[in-house]
Amino acid sequence: MTTSKAPLAIEASRLAKSFGAVRAVDGLDLAVPSGGVFALLGPNGAGKTTTIRIFATLAKPDAGKVWVLGHDVMTASHAVRSGICLTGQFASVDPGLTGTENLVLHARLLGLARRTARARAVELLDVFGLSDAAGRPVRTYSGGMQRRLDIAVSLVVAPALLFLDEPTTGLDPYSRLQVWGAVRWLVTQGTTVLLTTQYLDEADQLSDRIAVIDHGRLAAEGTPAELKSAVGSGVLRVRLADEGDAGRARQELGRVLGVPVVQDSDPAALTARLEGPSTAEAAAHGLSLLSREGIEVASFALGQPSLDEVFLALTGHPAQTTNNEEPA
Amino acid sequence: MTATIAPGSLTKPDRDEVRRFPMLRNSLTMAWRATVRLRREPEQALDAIAIPVLFTLLFTYLFGGALSGSPREYLRFLLPGTLVLTVLLITVTAGLSLNTDRAAGTLDRFRSMPIWQPSVIVGGLIGDMARYLLATCLVLGMGLLMGYRPAGGAGGTALAVALVLVFAFSVSWIWTALGLALRSAQSVTVLSFTVQLPLTFASNVFVSPATLPGWLRAFVNVNPVSHLVTAERTLMAGTASAGQVGWVVLASVALIAVFGPITMHLYRAG
Repeated sequence: MTTSKAPLAIEASRLAKSFGAVRAVDGLDLAVPSGGVFALLGPNGAGKTTTIRIFATLAKPDAGKVWVLGHDVMTASHAVRSGICLTGQFASVDPGLTGTENLVLHARLLGLARRTARARAVELLDVFGLSDAAGRPVRTYSGGMQRRLDIAVSLVVAPALLFLDEPTTGLDPYSRLQVWGAVRWLVTQGTTVLLTTQYLDEADQLSDRIAVIDHGRLAAEGTPAELKSAVGSGVLRVRLADEGDAGRARQELGRVLGVPVVQDSDPAALTARLEGPSTAEAAAHGLSLLSREGIEVASFALGQPSLDEVFLALTGHPAQTTNNEEPA
Repeated sequence: MTATIAPGSLTKPDRDEVRRFPMLRNSLTMAWRATVRLRREPEQALDAIAIPVLFTLLFTYLFGGALSGSPREYLRFLLPGTLVLTVLLITVTAGLSLNTDRAAGTLDRFRSMPIWQPSVIVGGLIGDMARYLLATCLVLGMGLLMGYRPAGGAGGTALAVALVLVFAFSVSWIWTALGLALRSAQSVTVLSFTVQLPLTFASNVFVSPATLPGWLRAFVNVNPVSHLVTAERTLMAGTASAGQVGWVVLASVALIAVFGPITMHLYRAG
Protein backbone atom coordinates (compact mmCIF):
# COMPACT_ATOMS: atom_id res chain seq x y z
CA MET A 1 0.00 0.00 0.00
CA THR A 2 1.31 3.36 -0.93
CA THR A 3 0.86 6.22 1.42
CA SER A 4 -0.27 9.60 0.24
CA LYS A 5 3.21 10.92 0.99
CA ALA A 6 4.88 8.68 -1.60
CA PRO A 7 6.24 10.60 -4.63
CA LEU A 8 4.04 10.39 -7.67
CA ALA A 9 5.18 8.47 -10.73
CA ILE A 10 2.73 10.37 -12.89
CA GLU A 11 0.76 13.48 -12.25
CA ALA A 12 -1.60 14.80 -14.90
CA SER A 13 -3.89 17.75 -14.59
CA ARG A 14 -6.66 18.78 -16.93
CA LEU A 15 -5.13 16.83 -19.76
CA ALA A 16 -6.84 17.21 -23.14
CA LYS A 17 -6.16 15.89 -26.62
CA SER A 18 -8.47 15.96 -29.63
CA PHE A 19 -8.27 14.35 -33.03
CA GLY A 20 -10.37 16.53 -35.26
CA ALA A 21 -13.80 16.66 -33.66
CA VAL A 22 -13.09 13.69 -31.38
CA ARG A 23 -12.07 14.54 -27.85
CA ALA A 24 -9.94 11.50 -27.05
CA VAL A 25 -8.81 12.89 -23.70
CA ASP A 26 -11.07 15.51 -22.21
CA GLY A 27 -9.85 17.11 -19.01
CA LEU A 28 -8.25 14.10 -17.33
CA ASP A 29 -6.80 14.43 -13.85
CA LEU A 30 -4.69 11.55 -12.68
CA ALA A 31 -2.20 10.82 -9.91
CA VAL A 32 -0.27 7.56 -10.15
CA PRO A 33 1.77 6.74 -7.04
CA SER A 34 5.27 5.27 -7.29
CA GLY A 35 5.48 1.51 -6.92
CA GLY A 36 2.88 -1.10 -7.68
CA VAL A 37 0.54 -1.52 -10.60
CA PHE A 38 -1.91 1.14 -11.69
CA ALA A 39 -4.61 0.15 -14.19
CA LEU A 40 -6.46 2.36 -16.62
CA LEU A 41 -9.71 0.54 -17.19
CA GLY A 42 -12.15 1.43 -19.91
CA PRO A 43 -13.74 0.30 -23.15
CA ASN A 44 -12.30 0.83 -26.62
CA GLY A 45 -12.24 4.50 -27.49
CA ALA A 46 -12.24 5.68 -23.88
CA GLY A 47 -8.92 7.47 -24.40
CA LYS A 48 -6.61 4.99 -22.66
CA THR A 49 -4.12 4.64 -25.49
CA THR A 50 -3.99 8.38 -26.17
CA THR A 51 -3.36 9.00 -22.48
CA ILE A 52 -0.52 6.48 -22.35
CA ARG A 53 0.98 7.94 -25.54
CA ILE A 54 1.05 11.39 -23.96
CA PHE A 55 2.72 9.98 -20.84
CA ALA A 56 5.31 8.19 -22.99
CA THR A 57 6.21 11.43 -24.86
CA LEU A 58 4.73 10.09 -28.11
CA ALA A 59 1.88 12.58 -28.39
CA LYS A 60 1.61 16.20 -27.36
CA PRO A 61 -1.42 17.19 -25.28
CA ASP A 62 -3.54 20.09 -26.53
CA ALA A 63 -3.94 21.34 -22.98
CA GLY A 64 -3.01 20.40 -19.44
CA LYS A 65 0.18 19.49 -17.63
CA VAL A 66 1.90 16.14 -17.17
CA TRP A 67 4.83 15.24 -14.96
CA VAL A 68 6.29 11.78 -15.41
CA LEU A 69 8.87 10.71 -12.81
CA GLY A 70 9.00 14.35 -11.79
CA HIS A 71 9.77 15.64 -15.30
CA ASP A 72 7.52 17.73 -17.50
CA VAL A 73 6.80 15.59 -20.58
CA MET A 74 6.71 18.64 -22.82
CA THR A 75 10.00 20.24 -21.87
CA ALA A 76 12.07 17.32 -20.54
CA SER A 77 11.10 14.48 -22.86
CA HIS A 78 14.59 12.97 -22.93
CA ALA A 79 14.70 12.82 -19.12
CA VAL A 80 11.28 11.15 -19.15
CA ARG A 81 12.42 8.63 -21.77
CA SER A 82 15.42 7.70 -19.64
CA GLY A 83 13.14 6.29 -16.98
CA ILE A 84 10.28 4.77 -18.94
CA CYS A 85 9.60 1.94 -21.29
CA LEU A 86 6.59 1.47 -23.53
CA THR A 87 5.10 -1.79 -24.72
CA GLY A 88 2.40 -0.89 -27.18
CA GLN A 89 -0.82 -2.60 -28.07
CA PHE A 90 0.80 -4.61 -30.83
CA ALA A 91 4.06 -6.45 -30.44
CA SER A 92 6.62 -3.95 -31.66
CA VAL A 93 9.52 -6.35 -31.89
CA ASP A 94 11.18 -6.61 -35.29
CA PRO A 95 9.75 -9.63 -37.12
CA GLY A 96 12.82 -9.92 -39.34
CA LEU A 97 15.21 -10.27 -36.41
CA THR A 98 15.60 -13.28 -34.13
CA GLY A 99 14.62 -13.13 -30.47
CA THR A 100 18.26 -12.74 -29.48
CA GLU A 101 18.86 -10.01 -32.05
CA ASN A 102 15.83 -8.02 -30.90
CA LEU A 103 17.08 -8.07 -27.32
CA VAL A 104 20.65 -7.24 -28.31
CA LEU A 105 19.37 -4.35 -30.45
CA HIS A 106 17.59 -2.76 -27.51
CA ALA A 107 20.38 -3.50 -25.06
CA ARG A 108 22.90 -1.83 -27.38
CA LEU A 109 20.61 1.17 -27.89
CA LEU A 110 20.30 1.54 -24.13
CA GLY A 111 24.06 1.67 -23.77
CA LEU A 112 25.00 -1.86 -22.75
CA ALA A 113 28.37 -3.08 -24.00
CA ARG A 114 28.25 -5.82 -26.63
CA ARG A 115 29.21 -8.61 -24.25
CA THR A 116 26.77 -7.48 -21.55
CA ALA A 117 24.03 -7.13 -24.17
CA ARG A 118 24.46 -10.70 -25.35
CA ALA A 119 24.53 -12.07 -21.81
CA ARG A 120 21.40 -10.08 -20.98
CA ALA A 121 19.63 -11.48 -24.04
CA VAL A 122 20.43 -15.05 -23.03
CA GLU A 123 19.23 -14.36 -19.49
CA LEU A 124 15.93 -12.78 -20.56
CA LEU A 125 15.16 -15.44 -23.17
CA ASP A 126 15.67 -18.08 -20.51
CA VAL A 127 13.41 -16.30 -18.01
CA PHE A 128 10.64 -15.89 -20.56
CA GLY A 129 10.86 -19.48 -21.79
CA LEU A 130 12.04 -18.44 -25.24
CA SER A 131 15.50 -20.03 -25.25
CA ASP A 132 14.48 -22.69 -27.75
CA ALA A 133 13.29 -20.01 -30.15
CA ALA A 134 16.23 -17.68 -29.55
CA GLY A 135 17.71 -18.09 -33.00
CA ARG A 136 14.46 -18.05 -34.95
CA PRO A 137 13.12 -14.94 -36.70
CA VAL A 138 10.34 -13.43 -34.62
CA ARG A 139 7.87 -13.71 -37.50
CA THR A 140 7.75 -17.45 -36.80
CA TYR A 141 6.72 -16.87 -33.15
CA SER A 142 3.16 -17.34 -31.90
CA GLY A 143 1.24 -14.30 -30.66
CA GLY A 144 1.96 -15.18 -27.04
CA MET A 145 5.67 -15.66 -27.71
CA GLN A 146 5.87 -12.28 -29.48
CA ARG A 147 4.16 -10.60 -26.57
CA ARG A 148 6.52 -12.25 -24.10
CA LEU A 149 9.52 -11.13 -26.13
CA ASP A 150 7.99 -7.67 -26.31
CA ILE A 151 7.90 -7.50 -22.52
CA ALA A 152 11.36 -9.06 -22.24
CA VAL A 153 12.63 -6.24 -24.45
CA SER A 154 11.13 -3.77 -21.97
CA LEU A 155 13.17 -5.37 -19.19
CA VAL A 156 16.59 -5.16 -20.82
CA VAL A 157 17.14 -2.36 -18.39
CA ALA A 158 14.39 -2.47 -15.76
CA PRO A 159 12.68 0.91 -16.19
CA ALA A 160 11.40 3.01 -13.31
CA LEU A 161 8.04 3.20 -15.05
CA LEU A 162 6.67 0.69 -17.55
CA PHE A 163 3.67 1.37 -19.76
CA LEU A 164 1.79 -1.69 -20.93
CA ASP A 165 -0.98 -0.96 -23.39
CA GLU A 166 -3.47 -3.84 -23.25
CA PRO A 167 -0.74 -6.38 -22.56
CA THR A 168 -2.94 -9.46 -22.74
CA THR A 169 -5.49 -8.57 -25.41
CA GLY A 170 -5.67 -11.47 -27.83
CA LEU A 171 -3.53 -13.80 -25.73
CA ASP A 172 -4.38 -17.37 -24.77
CA PRO A 173 -4.94 -17.99 -21.03
CA TYR A 174 -1.50 -19.53 -20.54
CA SER A 175 0.35 -16.59 -22.10
CA ARG A 176 -1.88 -14.27 -20.14
CA LEU A 177 -0.73 -15.81 -16.87
CA GLN A 178 2.87 -15.53 -17.97
CA VAL A 179 2.46 -11.85 -18.71
CA TRP A 180 0.83 -11.34 -15.34
CA GLY A 181 3.74 -13.19 -13.70
CA ALA A 182 6.21 -10.88 -15.42
CA VAL A 183 4.30 -7.79 -14.32
CA ARG A 184 4.19 -8.97 -10.70
CA TRP A 185 7.89 -9.70 -10.72
CA LEU A 186 8.68 -6.29 -12.17
CA VAL A 187 6.87 -4.62 -9.32
CA THR A 188 9.06 -6.48 -6.82
CA GLN A 189 12.03 -4.90 -8.62
CA GLY A 190 10.72 -1.45 -7.84
CA THR A 191 9.22 -0.69 -11.24
CA THR A 192 5.92 1.16 -11.36
CA VAL A 193 3.61 -0.36 -13.97
CA LEU A 194 0.84 1.56 -15.67
CA LEU A 195 -1.31 -0.74 -17.74
CA THR A 196 -4.44 -0.28 -19.76
CA THR A 197 -7.01 -3.00 -19.98
CA GLN A 198 -10.55 -3.70 -21.05
CA TYR A 199 -10.80 -6.59 -18.61
CA LEU A 200 -12.04 -6.01 -15.11
CA ASP A 201 -10.53 -9.25 -13.83
CA GLU A 202 -7.11 -8.23 -15.14
CA ALA A 203 -7.28 -4.88 -13.39
CA ASP A 204 -8.55 -6.64 -10.27
CA GLN A 205 -5.89 -9.38 -10.26
CA LEU A 206 -2.90 -7.20 -10.99
CA SER A 207 -3.37 -3.69 -9.82
CA ASP A 208 -3.12 -1.80 -6.57
CA ARG A 209 -5.20 1.02 -7.92
CA ILE A 210 -7.65 1.33 -10.80
CA ALA A 211 -8.75 4.42 -12.67
CA VAL A 212 -11.91 3.98 -14.70
CA ILE A 213 -11.74 6.11 -17.84
CA ASP A 214 -14.84 7.08 -19.75
CA HIS A 215 -15.00 9.46 -22.72
CA GLY A 216 -11.53 10.76 -21.93
CA ARG A 217 -12.38 11.59 -18.34
CA LEU A 218 -11.78 9.99 -14.99
CA ALA A 219 -15.02 8.26 -13.98
CA ALA A 220 -13.73 6.71 -10.77
CA GLU A 221 -10.46 5.91 -9.07
CA GLY A 222 -9.54 3.71 -6.15
CA THR A 223 -8.37 0.32 -5.00
CA PRO A 224 -10.11 -2.69 -6.57
CA ALA A 225 -11.94 -3.29 -3.29
CA GLU A 226 -13.20 0.28 -3.17
CA LEU A 227 -14.48 0.16 -6.73
CA LYS A 228 -16.11 -3.20 -6.28
CA SER A 229 -17.91 -2.17 -3.15
CA ALA A 230 -19.31 0.69 -5.17
CA VAL A 231 -20.59 -1.73 -7.77
CA GLY A 232 -21.53 -4.78 -5.77
CA SER A 233 -18.75 -7.23 -5.70
CA GLY A 234 -20.05 -10.29 -7.47
CA VAL A 235 -22.86 -12.20 -8.98
CA LEU A 236 -23.99 -15.63 -7.82
CA ARG A 237 -25.71 -17.73 -10.44
CA VAL A 238 -27.39 -20.96 -9.36
CA ARG A 239 -29.05 -23.51 -11.61
CA LEU A 240 -31.39 -25.93 -9.85
CA ALA A 241 -31.84 -29.58 -10.74
CA ASP A 242 -35.61 -29.21 -10.42
CA GLU A 243 -37.24 -25.97 -11.50
CA GLY A 244 -40.12 -26.78 -9.17
CA ASP A 245 -37.80 -25.77 -6.29
CA ALA A 246 -37.21 -22.32 -7.75
CA GLY A 247 -39.75 -20.45 -5.66
CA ARG A 248 -38.55 -21.93 -2.37
CA ALA A 249 -34.86 -21.57 -3.27
CA ARG A 250 -35.36 -17.95 -4.21
CA GLN A 251 -36.93 -17.21 -0.85
CA GLU A 252 -34.26 -19.06 1.18
CA LEU A 253 -31.36 -17.52 -0.73
CA GLY A 254 -32.81 -14.05 -0.46
CA ARG A 255 -33.12 -14.49 3.28
CA VAL A 256 -29.55 -15.69 3.88
CA LEU A 257 -27.86 -13.36 1.39
CA GLY A 258 -29.88 -10.31 2.24
CA VAL A 259 -30.12 -9.20 -1.40
CA PRO A 260 -32.85 -9.61 -4.01
CA VAL A 261 -32.69 -12.89 -5.94
CA VAL A 262 -34.10 -12.85 -9.43
CA GLN A 263 -35.29 -15.68 -11.61
CA ASP A 264 -33.69 -15.76 -15.08
CA SER A 265 -35.45 -16.45 -18.34
CA ASP A 266 -34.39 -20.03 -17.65
CA PRO A 267 -36.94 -20.97 -14.93
CA ALA A 268 -34.39 -23.18 -13.10
CA ALA A 269 -31.77 -20.41 -12.86
CA LEU A 270 -31.47 -17.79 -10.11
CA THR A 271 -29.20 -14.76 -9.95
CA ALA A 272 -28.22 -12.72 -6.92
CA ARG A 273 -26.04 -9.61 -6.96
CA LEU A 274 -23.84 -9.87 -3.87
CA GLU A 275 -22.56 -6.96 -1.88
CA GLY A 276 -19.92 -6.57 0.78
CA PRO A 277 -16.34 -7.72 0.99
CA SER A 278 -16.76 -11.49 1.48
CA THR A 279 -18.87 -12.57 -1.43
CA ALA A 280 -17.37 -16.06 -1.64
CA GLU A 281 -18.24 -16.75 1.98
CA ALA A 282 -21.80 -15.46 1.50
CA ALA A 283 -22.20 -17.61 -1.59
CA ALA A 284 -20.93 -20.72 0.21
CA HIS A 285 -23.32 -19.99 3.01
CA GLY A 286 -26.25 -19.74 0.62
CA LEU A 287 -25.32 -22.92 -1.22
CA SER A 288 -24.97 -24.96 1.96
CA LEU A 289 -28.36 -23.71 3.07
CA LEU A 290 -29.91 -24.96 -0.16
CA SER A 291 -28.39 -28.40 0.36
CA ARG A 292 -29.65 -28.48 3.98
CA GLU A 293 -33.11 -27.66 2.67
CA GLY A 294 -32.86 -30.58 0.27
CA ILE A 295 -32.80 -28.38 -2.83
CA GLU A 296 -30.48 -29.97 -5.38
CA VAL A 297 -28.15 -27.57 -7.21
CA ALA A 298 -27.18 -28.62 -10.75
CA SER A 299 -24.50 -25.96 -11.14
CA PHE A 300 -23.45 -22.63 -9.73
CA ALA A 301 -21.04 -19.84 -10.59
CA LEU A 302 -19.69 -16.90 -8.67
CA GLY A 303 -18.84 -14.23 -11.18
CA GLN A 304 -17.37 -10.78 -10.95
CA PRO A 305 -19.42 -7.88 -12.09
CA SER A 306 -18.71 -7.36 -15.77
CA LEU A 307 -17.11 -4.22 -17.11
CA ASP A 308 -20.56 -3.25 -18.28
CA GLU A 309 -21.92 -3.51 -14.76
CA VAL A 310 -19.00 -1.49 -13.38
CA PHE A 311 -19.62 1.16 -15.96
CA LEU A 312 -23.29 1.24 -15.40
CA ALA A 313 -22.73 1.66 -11.68
CA LEU A 314 -19.94 4.24 -11.96
CA THR A 315 -20.96 6.28 -14.97
CA GLY A 316 -24.68 5.68 -15.22
CA HIS A 317 -24.41 4.40 -18.78
CA PRO A 318 -23.22 1.15 -20.35
CA ALA A 319 -19.68 0.83 -21.66
CA GLN A 320 -20.37 1.52 -25.27
CA THR A 321 -17.52 1.22 -27.64
CA THR A 322 -17.33 4.35 -29.71
CA ASN A 323 -16.63 4.01 -33.38
CA ASN A 324 -14.03 6.72 -33.27
CA GLU A 325 -10.87 4.71 -33.53
CA GLU A 326 -7.98 6.12 -31.62
CA PRO A 327 -4.94 6.40 -33.80
CA ALA A 328 -2.65 3.51 -33.05
CA MET B 1 -1.79 -20.60 -9.95
CA THR B 2 1.75 -19.65 -10.78
CA ALA B 3 2.98 -18.83 -14.22
CA THR B 4 6.19 -20.37 -15.42
CA ILE B 5 8.06 -17.12 -15.57
CA ALA B 6 10.68 -17.32 -12.88
CA PRO B 7 12.47 -14.05 -13.19
CA GLY B 8 14.10 -14.26 -9.79
CA SER B 9 17.52 -14.73 -11.33
CA LEU B 10 17.38 -11.56 -13.39
CA THR B 11 20.03 -9.08 -12.57
CA LYS B 12 19.74 -5.37 -13.10
CA PRO B 13 22.44 -3.98 -15.34
CA ASP B 14 23.08 -0.29 -15.12
CA ARG B 15 21.92 1.77 -17.99
CA ASP B 16 24.58 3.71 -19.88
CA GLU B 17 27.44 1.32 -19.32
CA VAL B 18 28.88 2.93 -22.41
CA ARG B 19 28.31 6.64 -22.43
CA ARG B 20 30.57 7.89 -25.16
CA PHE B 21 29.45 8.94 -28.65
CA PRO B 22 25.74 8.10 -28.35
CA MET B 23 25.03 9.58 -31.79
CA LEU B 24 27.50 7.33 -33.54
CA ARG B 25 26.76 4.29 -31.39
CA ASN B 26 22.98 4.52 -31.80
CA SER B 27 23.30 5.05 -35.55
CA LEU B 28 25.62 2.08 -35.99
CA THR B 29 23.30 -0.13 -33.94
CA MET B 30 20.39 0.90 -36.18
CA ALA B 31 22.54 0.25 -39.25
CA TRP B 32 23.35 -3.20 -37.87
CA ARG B 33 19.61 -3.86 -37.59
CA ALA B 34 19.12 -2.97 -41.26
CA THR B 35 21.92 -5.23 -42.44
CA VAL B 36 20.72 -8.16 -40.31
CA ARG B 37 17.31 -7.92 -41.95
CA LEU B 38 18.98 -7.79 -45.34
CA ARG B 39 21.07 -10.90 -44.63
CA ARG B 40 18.12 -12.77 -43.17
CA GLU B 41 15.82 -11.94 -46.08
CA PRO B 42 17.96 -11.64 -49.18
CA GLU B 43 14.80 -11.29 -51.28
CA GLN B 44 14.63 -7.79 -49.81
CA ALA B 45 17.75 -7.07 -51.82
CA LEU B 46 16.28 -8.49 -55.00
CA ASP B 47 15.69 -5.02 -56.42
CA ALA B 48 19.31 -4.15 -55.71
CA ILE B 49 20.35 -7.25 -57.68
CA ALA B 50 17.79 -7.55 -60.45
CA ILE B 51 17.49 -3.90 -61.49
CA PRO B 52 21.21 -3.35 -62.10
CA VAL B 53 21.65 -6.57 -64.06
CA LEU B 54 18.49 -6.16 -66.12
CA PHE B 55 18.96 -2.47 -66.85
CA THR B 56 22.56 -2.82 -67.92
CA LEU B 57 21.76 -5.73 -70.24
CA LEU B 58 18.44 -4.49 -71.61
CA PHE B 59 19.20 -0.86 -72.27
CA THR B 60 22.59 -1.58 -73.81
CA TYR B 61 21.31 -4.15 -76.29
CA LEU B 62 17.90 -2.53 -76.89
CA PHE B 63 19.12 0.95 -77.69
CA GLY B 64 22.78 0.39 -78.49
CA GLY B 65 22.35 -0.44 -82.18
CA ALA B 66 19.80 2.28 -82.84
CA LEU B 67 21.40 5.08 -80.88
CA SER B 68 25.13 4.62 -81.23
CA GLY B 69 25.61 2.11 -84.02
CA SER B 70 26.72 -0.68 -81.67
CA PRO B 71 26.00 -1.81 -78.10
CA ARG B 72 29.68 -1.59 -77.18
CA GLU B 73 29.88 2.00 -78.34
CA TYR B 74 26.64 2.87 -76.51
CA LEU B 75 27.78 1.18 -73.33
CA ARG B 76 30.55 3.74 -72.94
CA PHE B 77 27.91 6.46 -72.92
CA LEU B 78 25.21 4.56 -71.06
CA LEU B 79 26.97 2.79 -68.20
CA PRO B 80 27.54 5.79 -65.90
CA GLY B 81 23.87 6.66 -66.48
CA THR B 82 22.73 3.12 -65.68
CA LEU B 83 24.71 3.35 -62.48
CA VAL B 84 22.82 6.48 -61.43
CA LEU B 85 19.46 5.13 -62.59
CA THR B 86 19.66 1.84 -60.69
CA VAL B 87 20.93 3.31 -57.44
CA LEU B 88 18.33 6.09 -57.44
CA LEU B 89 15.51 3.65 -58.16
CA ILE B 90 16.27 1.53 -55.11
CA THR B 91 16.57 4.48 -52.72
CA VAL B 92 12.78 4.30 -52.25
CA THR B 93 13.27 1.40 -49.84
CA ALA B 94 14.38 3.91 -47.22
CA GLY B 95 10.85 5.33 -47.11
CA LEU B 96 9.18 1.94 -47.34
CA SER B 97 10.97 0.45 -44.35
CA LEU B 98 10.24 3.53 -42.25
CA ASN B 99 6.57 3.35 -43.20
CA THR B 100 6.49 -0.35 -42.27
CA ASP B 101 8.21 0.35 -38.94
CA ARG B 102 5.63 2.96 -38.09
CA ALA B 103 2.73 0.67 -38.96
CA ALA B 104 4.21 -2.07 -36.77
CA GLY B 105 4.62 0.23 -33.76
CA THR B 106 8.40 -0.18 -33.85
CA LEU B 107 8.90 3.55 -34.35
CA ASP B 108 6.80 4.30 -31.26
CA ARG B 109 9.08 2.16 -29.18
CA PHE B 110 12.19 3.86 -30.53
CA ARG B 111 10.59 7.26 -30.06
CA SER B 112 10.02 6.55 -26.37
CA MET B 113 13.62 5.44 -25.81
CA PRO B 114 16.44 7.62 -24.46
CA ILE B 115 18.43 7.46 -27.68
CA TRP B 116 19.68 10.01 -30.20
CA GLN B 117 16.39 10.12 -32.10
CA PRO B 118 17.73 10.81 -35.63
CA SER B 119 19.74 7.58 -35.35
CA VAL B 120 16.57 5.67 -36.25
CA ILE B 121 16.64 7.28 -39.70
CA VAL B 122 20.35 7.91 -40.14
CA GLY B 123 21.19 4.37 -39.04
CA GLY B 124 18.63 2.90 -41.42
CA LEU B 125 20.15 4.89 -44.26
CA ILE B 126 23.67 3.78 -43.38
CA GLY B 127 22.37 0.21 -43.55
CA ASP B 128 20.81 0.96 -46.94
CA MET B 129 24.19 2.05 -48.24
CA ALA B 130 25.11 -1.64 -48.29
CA ARG B 131 22.32 -2.20 -50.82
CA TYR B 132 23.36 0.78 -52.88
CA LEU B 133 26.94 -0.44 -52.92
CA LEU B 134 25.79 -3.90 -53.97
CA ALA B 135 23.83 -2.44 -56.89
CA THR B 136 26.78 -0.26 -57.88
CA CYS B 137 29.17 -3.20 -57.94
CA LEU B 138 26.73 -5.24 -60.02
CA VAL B 139 26.36 -2.52 -62.66
CA LEU B 140 30.12 -2.06 -62.87
CA GLY B 141 30.69 -5.82 -62.95
CA MET B 142 28.16 -6.29 -65.74
CA GLY B 143 29.68 -3.37 -67.62
CA LEU B 144 33.19 -4.81 -67.38
CA LEU B 145 31.92 -8.20 -68.57
CA MET B 146 30.24 -6.54 -71.53
CA GLY B 147 33.41 -4.79 -72.52
CA TYR B 148 33.21 -1.46 -70.74
CA ARG B 149 36.59 0.02 -69.86
CA PRO B 150 36.55 3.27 -67.84
CA ALA B 151 39.20 5.62 -69.16
CA GLY B 152 39.36 7.26 -65.74
CA GLY B 153 40.76 4.02 -64.31
CA ALA B 154 40.17 2.56 -60.88
CA GLY B 155 40.60 5.92 -59.14
CA GLY B 156 38.05 7.71 -61.31
CA THR B 157 35.62 4.84 -60.98
CA ALA B 158 35.98 4.75 -57.19
CA LEU B 159 35.28 8.48 -57.05
CA ALA B 160 32.27 8.00 -59.31
CA VAL B 161 30.95 5.29 -56.99
CA ALA B 162 31.51 7.50 -53.95
CA LEU B 163 29.70 10.41 -55.58
CA VAL B 164 26.65 8.37 -56.58
CA LEU B 165 26.45 6.96 -53.02
CA VAL B 166 26.58 10.47 -51.55
CA PHE B 167 23.76 11.59 -53.83
CA ALA B 168 21.73 8.44 -53.13
CA PHE B 169 22.07 9.04 -49.39
CA SER B 170 20.73 12.57 -49.84
CA VAL B 171 17.88 11.53 -52.14
CA SER B 172 16.88 8.93 -49.54
CA TRP B 173 15.79 11.77 -47.27
CA ILE B 174 13.03 12.59 -49.77
CA TRP B 175 11.72 9.07 -49.32
CA THR B 176 12.07 9.05 -45.54
CA ALA B 177 9.95 12.23 -45.47
CA LEU B 178 7.40 10.70 -47.84
CA GLY B 179 7.48 7.39 -46.00
CA LEU B 180 6.45 9.21 -42.83
CA ALA B 181 4.02 11.61 -44.49
CA LEU B 182 2.06 8.97 -46.38
CA ARG B 183 -0.36 6.53 -44.87
CA SER B 184 0.58 3.24 -46.47
CA ALA B 185 3.60 1.62 -48.04
CA GLN B 186 1.59 1.31 -51.23
CA SER B 187 1.10 5.06 -51.55
CA VAL B 188 4.85 5.50 -51.03
CA THR B 189 5.51 3.13 -53.93
CA VAL B 190 2.98 4.79 -56.22
CA LEU B 191 4.12 8.33 -55.47
CA SER B 192 7.80 7.45 -55.70
CA PHE B 193 7.18 6.02 -59.15
CA THR B 194 5.58 9.23 -60.38
CA VAL B 195 8.48 11.26 -59.00
CA GLN B 196 11.25 8.90 -60.10
CA LEU B 197 10.11 8.32 -63.64
CA PRO B 198 10.34 11.89 -64.97
CA LEU B 199 13.47 12.67 -62.95
CA THR B 200 15.44 9.66 -64.14
CA PHE B 201 14.16 9.24 -67.71
CA ALA B 202 13.87 12.95 -68.56
CA SER B 203 17.60 13.29 -68.10
CA ASN B 204 20.72 12.70 -70.14
CA VAL B 205 20.95 9.04 -69.03
CA PHE B 206 19.91 7.58 -72.39
CA VAL B 207 20.40 10.28 -74.99
CA SER B 208 22.26 13.54 -75.44
CA PRO B 209 19.92 16.49 -74.68
CA ALA B 210 20.91 18.03 -78.04
CA THR B 211 18.41 15.76 -79.79
CA LEU B 212 15.47 16.86 -77.64
CA PRO B 213 12.79 19.51 -78.24
CA GLY B 214 13.50 22.81 -76.53
CA TRP B 215 11.07 22.57 -73.61
CA LEU B 216 12.28 19.08 -72.68
CA ARG B 217 15.91 20.09 -73.12
CA ALA B 218 15.36 22.96 -70.71
CA PHE B 219 14.07 20.55 -68.08
CA VAL B 220 16.81 17.98 -68.72
CA ASN B 221 19.47 20.64 -68.32
CA VAL B 222 18.27 21.71 -64.87
CA ASN B 223 17.45 18.19 -63.72
CA PRO B 224 19.88 17.34 -60.90
CA VAL B 225 20.02 13.77 -62.18
CA SER B 226 21.53 15.09 -65.44
CA HIS B 227 24.22 16.88 -63.49
CA LEU B 228 24.97 13.74 -61.54
CA VAL B 229 25.16 11.66 -64.72
CA THR B 230 27.50 14.17 -66.33
CA ALA B 231 29.72 14.13 -63.25
CA GLU B 232 29.74 10.32 -63.29
CA ARG B 233 30.60 10.19 -67.00
CA THR B 234 33.45 12.60 -66.67
CA LEU B 235 34.80 10.97 -63.51
CA MET B 236 34.84 7.58 -65.17
CA ALA B 237 36.31 9.06 -68.33
CA GLY B 238 38.96 10.86 -66.33
CA THR B 239 37.89 14.31 -67.53
CA ALA B 240 35.93 15.54 -64.52
CA SER B 241 36.04 19.13 -63.37
CA ALA B 242 35.73 20.25 -59.78
CA GLY B 243 32.71 22.31 -60.77
CA GLN B 244 30.71 19.32 -61.98
CA VAL B 245 31.47 17.28 -58.88
CA GLY B 246 30.98 20.29 -56.63
CA TRP B 247 27.53 20.93 -58.12
CA VAL B 248 26.42 17.41 -57.17
CA VAL B 249 27.85 17.70 -53.67
CA LEU B 250 26.04 21.01 -53.19
CA ALA B 251 22.78 19.55 -54.48
CA SER B 252 23.21 16.67 -52.00
CA VAL B 253 23.74 19.04 -49.11
CA ALA B 254 20.70 21.07 -50.20
CA LEU B 255 18.51 17.95 -50.35
CA ILE B 256 19.47 16.97 -46.80
CA ALA B 257 19.03 20.55 -45.59
CA VAL B 258 15.46 20.55 -46.89
CA PHE B 259 14.26 17.00 -46.36
CA GLY B 260 16.25 16.23 -43.20
CA PRO B 261 14.29 18.65 -41.01
CA ILE B 262 10.99 17.68 -42.69
CA THR B 263 11.71 14.01 -41.99
CA MET B 264 12.60 14.70 -38.37
CA HIS B 265 9.54 16.87 -37.89
CA LEU B 266 7.27 14.12 -39.21
CA TYR B 267 9.14 11.53 -37.15
CA ARG B 268 8.70 13.50 -33.93
CA ALA B 269 5.03 14.11 -34.67
CA GLY B 270 4.55 10.34 -34.97
